[in-house]
Amino acid sequence: MKLPFLPNHDDASFFDFLTAQHPELTPGGHRWDERLPGLAEPSRAGGAVTVPQATTVLAIKYQQGVIIAGDRRATEGFQIAERRIEKVFKIDDYSAMAIAGAAGPCVEMAKLFQTELEHYEKLEGVQLSCEGKANKLGQMVKANLPMVFQGLVVMPLYVGYDLKRTEGRIFKYDLAGGRYEESDYHAIGSGGKDARNTMREHFRRGVAEPDALKLALLALYNAADDDVGTGGPDLVRGIYPTAKIVNATGITDVSEEQIRNIYDGLIETRRSKER
Amino acid sequence: MPMPYYVSPEQMMQDKAEYAKKGIAKGRSIIAMEYANGILMAAENPSASLHKISEIYDNIAFAGAGKYSEFENLRKAGIRHADLKGFMYSREDVTARSLANGYSQSLGTIFSQEIKPLEVEILVVQIGHNGHSNEMYRISFDGSIIDEKQFAVIGGKSEAVQAALKEKMPEQLPDLKTALTICMGALEQTGNQKLSLEALEVAVLDRTRDSRKFRRYTPSETKQLLS
Repeated sequence: MKLPFLPNHDDASFFDFLTAQHPELTPGGHRWDERLPGLAEPSRAGGAVTVPQATTVLAIKYQQGVIIAGDRRATEGFQIAERRIEKVFKIDDYSAMAIAGAAGPCVEMAKLFQTELEHYEKLEGVQLSCEGKANKLGQMVKANLPMVFQGLVVMPLYVGYDLKRTEGRIFKYDLAGGRYEESDYHAIGSGGKDARNTMREHFRRGVAEPDALKLALLALYNAADDDVGTGGPDLVRGIYPTAKIVNATGITDVSEEQIRNIYDGLIETRRSKER
Repeated sequence: MPMPYYVSPEQMMQDKAEYAKKGIAKGRSIIAMEYANGILMAAENPSASLHKISEIYDNIAFAGAGKYSEFENLRKAGIRHADLKGFMYSREDVTARSLANGYSQSLGTIFSQEIKPLEVEILVVQIGHNGHSNEMYRISFDGSIIDEKQFAVIGGKSEAVQAALKEKMPEQLPDLKTALTICMGALEQTGNQKLSLEALEVAVLDRTRDSRKFRRYTPSETKQLLS
């Protein structure tokens, strides 16, 4: 049955609906190559485009769930483009994603993924499984591949609480849409390696929530210490990294006050070492 | 070549309307009623999984009476319309009025152009916030659209239910428990039988909730609410 004046589509995916009927609204759907022929060649396009990127975002599993956190800096070459950008997004009641890459397409993909999951839930009457959500995100990353050749990278880190397995889960991706599950912790972005090094030293399985949060913030601090693309706590302006906690009761933001307190302690310890 | 029989347009429309009305009257009624904190929707529904009432968007809900496959199709199209609009513009730009207009256009076109009209009657309701009033639109099989106040009834013996509700409606907006009691009373009175909570589908658009205002009540939650 075709309905005039209303959108007609056959399956429950919002992303597929957009791709089929409004391709201009999907992240990989811009047909730039037709309008700007110069951009079609990756060799010429890659160097010319500078977009805000560079980041550290990370996720750590703890006893009851997962913590996901990220810094607040966006850069454009050697310039700071934005000091308060938010890189950790609530996706639905039981999952969140953090992003690294070109800011615009990243935020767009987070928004699209939010809509995708809500759309599915409303149409089908049930939520997608944790695994199903992670796979869908992989397909969206894969669809963005043409944009990667234009220099617009979108790299998500996805965490969810699996209600069936009653545990938190972490998924990382590659540019071709490959999806890999991490068992303990992971960090991506230009400072990802530095953050992973810190977490490797201090992480142990079944760590309690306050310790995991402290470790997440310490890893971000160390990443900001070594990586110019990552912003540390800005004490003058009062800008701090953000973190969210995902567990069986849902998703909660860690309050700025709590994060500030942890950083105050951390900075005090560092300062005492310099004396 | 045989000549096709001539049927006057009046006759054709009347036949289609009668056919659609008959289909819609076969089912049971669904009520939407404004209460102090939002809009309550209640329907007699023996199935716990095939819903007649559902969420469209943050402040908007949908109810369909008549043929399940047909109003289910309309519901899905409505969700696509709303999600697309919310994605393209912003969440606050999704309105019940624009959705109701889409439904009205769609149903009207199908009624006049297709051989078989849709045997459905639907409700699109939206709760207002920041001082804006609630909106309730009832849309019939032929695309006619009616802006309802206080309560709206679709499907089954809707006129009888409406009359029963008119008698019982208090001056002030009732609280949720009172509103549900009134709805159940009206459904029982016109159906001439006691309603079991298992066969009652209850959902609300609750203004006090965050972002997505739609909430479904399970039979045990309904029982708790009424106690």
